[in-house]
Amino acid sequence: MNVLRNIVDRIKPTFEKGGKLGFLHSTFDAFETFLFVPNTVTRKGAHVRDCVDLKRVMIMVVLALVPAMLFGIWNTGYQHKLAFGLTDWTFWNVVLYGLAKVLPLYVVSYLVGLAIEFVSAQIKGHEVNEGYLVSGMLIPLIVPVDVPLWMLAVAVAFAVLIGKEVFGGTGMNIWNPALLTRAFLFFSYPSRMSGDTVWTGGVTRYMAEGQAWQAGNGLVDGFSGATPLADPTLANLEPKFLDMVIGTIPGSVGETSVIAILLGAALLLWTGVASWKIMFSSVLGGLAIGYLGYAVGATDLPGYYQLVMGGFLFGTVFMATDPVTSAQTECGKWIYGFLVGALAVTVRIWNPGYPEGMMLAILLMNTFAPLIDHYVIEGSIKRRAKKVKIA
Amino acid sequence: MSNNIYLRKGLDLPINGEAKSVTKKVIVPDVVALKPTDFRGLVPKLLVREGDKVLAGTPVMADKMSQNIVFASPVSGVVKEIVRGAKRKLLEVRIQADIQQAYVDFGAKKVADLSASQIKEAILGAGLWPAIIQRPYGIIANPEVKPKAIFVSAFNTAPLAADMEYVLESEYNNIQTAIDALNKLTDGGVHMSFNAANYSSTSFHRLENIIGHTVEGKHPAGNVGVQIHHFNPIKKGETVWTVSMLMLAAIGKLFNTGKYDVSRKIAVTGPMAIEPAYVDAYPGIAVRQLKDFFDPSLDLRYISGDVLTGTSVGKDGYLGFYDNQVTILEEGDKYEMFGWAKPLRPALFSSSRTYFSWLTPKKKYDMDTNLHGGPRAFVVNDVYNKVLPMDLFPVHLLKACLANNIDDMEKFGIYEVLEEDFALCEYVCPSKIEIQQIISDGIALMLKEMC
Repeated sequence: MNVLRNIVDRIKPTFEKGGKLGFLHSTFDAFETFLFVPNTVTRKGAHVRDCVDLKRVMIMVVLALVPAMLFGIWNTGYQHKLAFGLTDWTFWNVVLYGLAKVLPLYVVSYLVGLAIEFVSAQIKGHEVNEGYLVSGMLIPLIVPVDVPLWMLAVAVAFAVLIGKEVFGGTGMNIWNPALLTRAFLFFSYPSRMSGDTVWTGGVTRYMAEGQAWQAGNGLVDGFSGATPLADPTLANLEPKFLDMVIGTIPGSVGETSVIAILLGAALLLWTGVASWKIMFSSVLGGLAIGYLGYAVGATDLPGYYQLVMGGFLFGTVFMATDPVTSAQTECGKWIYGFLVGALAVTVRIWNPGYPEGMMLAILLMNTFAPLIDHYVIEGSIKRRAKKVKIA
Repeated sequence: MSNNIYLRKGLDLPINGEAKSVTKKVIVPDVVALKPTDFRGLVPKLLVREGDKVLAGTPVMADKMSQNIVFASPVSGVVKEIVRGAKRKLLEVRIQADIQQAYVDFGAKKVADLSASQIKEAILGAGLWPAIIQRPYGIIANPEVKPKAIFVSAFNTAPLAADMEYVLESEYNNIQTAIDALNKLTDGGVHMSFNAANYSSTSFHRLENIIGHTVEGKHPAGNVGVQIHHFNPIKKGETVWTVSMLMLAAIGKLFNTGKYDVSRKIAVTGPMAIEPAYVDAYPGIAVRQLKDFFDPSLDLRYISGDVLTGTSVGKDGYLGFYDNQVTILEEGDKYEMFGWAKPLRPALFSSSRTYFSWLTPKKKYDMDTNLHGGPRAFVVNDVYNKVLPMDLFPVHLLKACLANNIDDMEKFGIYEVLEEDFALCEYVCPSKIEIQQIISDGIALMLKEMC
């Protein structure tokens, strides 16, 4: 430990103001504080502080995403195996293929995002924020695995610059940066973000060039590649229900497995990092509209199917609960969460244009979260004023 | 409103170094200091020169804005040094104390025979008026105003705070006298809040002429601001006064004996205090007079007050006027490798479940002054409410203060809060925001704009 500290101390002056590489101050600081909790002491106010910091909070979210990521890697390979009928593939073939497809997404997401974060921290003279550790982890999990890397890079740059840095960085943004990345891709390159062929690794390329990683005899006869949302009827989905819970279905990389997402949710709730109120009320909202649609005959799927399809659960657990962009009052969280779930399912059931509504529901509610908070606070202040008057 | 409340929110810091209920030493004051900086917003007018002889109770300085508020010397002796800072700002009046204390004789008085204005005059004249604090803003009370009520908290929940029953065990009669006196200054009565946990065991619940309340809960349940918030909230334009138990005892002594006697038991506490215990001393004594309690060769922080709200005075500093506690901590200017990434950090406490200190609720920690992170913007916004037992929106109030938005500050409750109420918010903040300073700046802005 001391060896490492000595090295850091030796090179530190180079990166300080006036040093040769002084312009890289924030970058150096980011790496130093990553390795060492700094030796800063309290100057004003409370003399002792809790040992939790934003790095710890963020790393909890990253950890919570690990099951979904691991499953996503496996499932990418597994879907490829199914699509091309590669019956001789072992577990390790499947994982290797998944890694080969998902790892580049991570590299692009983190390289582009962190580069922008570092540069803007440098320009503003701030410390580098940890926020992108989570966003960078989320982004590859919510895109189709075949999305071209340059598109992803453009989308990440857009989301981090326009979605976050122009507002002042982590803590100041209005919309969830990861979802903004997805929205950018969705509206700019719709052909790569929807349809039946984008969800299975290698299929896009096979259709265009007739090749894939290992194409075998080409796509199997019964290949559809469609996600459950393409044909949300009971006849189609009832036999697949267990697959949907386990996650062995096509979809965005990390969104398919209910079990993996629930593992992450358990960690988030246990550590108190994410709001249980938002998660719970979003599920309530989804169920309410799901069963309403079922009752009026708009869909023949019982409400609980809405929870296991598409990105609903992933969005509820990891995206809607983002503390910066969600409602911040306790009562507001109930309203916000409920509307996220309700809107997402409303779009699914009644809007023929979009099969999935989670992304737009969360982004829309991000926009309205400050308004919800405003009315919750006004109400609370009025109530209290009345109570005080009586007393 | 209800006279008994239970506060679910709050946090008792598990920090080592509680003072044992023994008085280890009687400190014969050497040099004591009176510090204008102990009083919020005070513009002092000096009344003595270097070399002047003073008695305990001789006015040393006055409030320039209302000159009948004077500040008295806590000891008898000679004015040794007047310390000024930048722009000749008065920082300290240092007084070389006599070995035997001599007091100005204000004459013992029977409170029952005095009118409100006579009581005011007596307290003002003896230099004890600064004991009375006004809400909103936590400044020295304006003697011209009749407050809605007067509030006293009979217990202190701050980390390692002096045990009120122990330090005031011989002051019962003085406190009763002070209550009788203060009752004449308000129509709303003297409200006193007791700790529900030891209500029947404290002798103070037998005090008369009070409106009693009980409060149950963790820190900051003992903060008088939190109690006022629940029992009798301050609306715009209203004023209430608060007095600490310690100061009640001094006011009572003034009427009973005619002396300005602010001597008190002071708790020497903290993880780096050697055998923490109490001393008999005066406000304004030098930290070096407590040298038996620490090892001066270590890099320590000397705090007059508690770890959350106290003032770092340094090894050569002097204790504050209102404080009866000293906390000694180790400076935490050390690097910790992979600190935040370690699954366990058993030596550190966190109220957050991202660590595991909640598994060992009885454990006490040797806390130091490390910040444990770098400053960030507000990100996690539901941690503050969990330690603030007030019906407020802390993040919104803080942002209103940051934006200098007076209308919003009013709306979000700036009249009801002081820095001390937000100290725990600052402690738990994962973004390491200097919350008490923000509130302090907000109050300063209100004082500038509204008064």
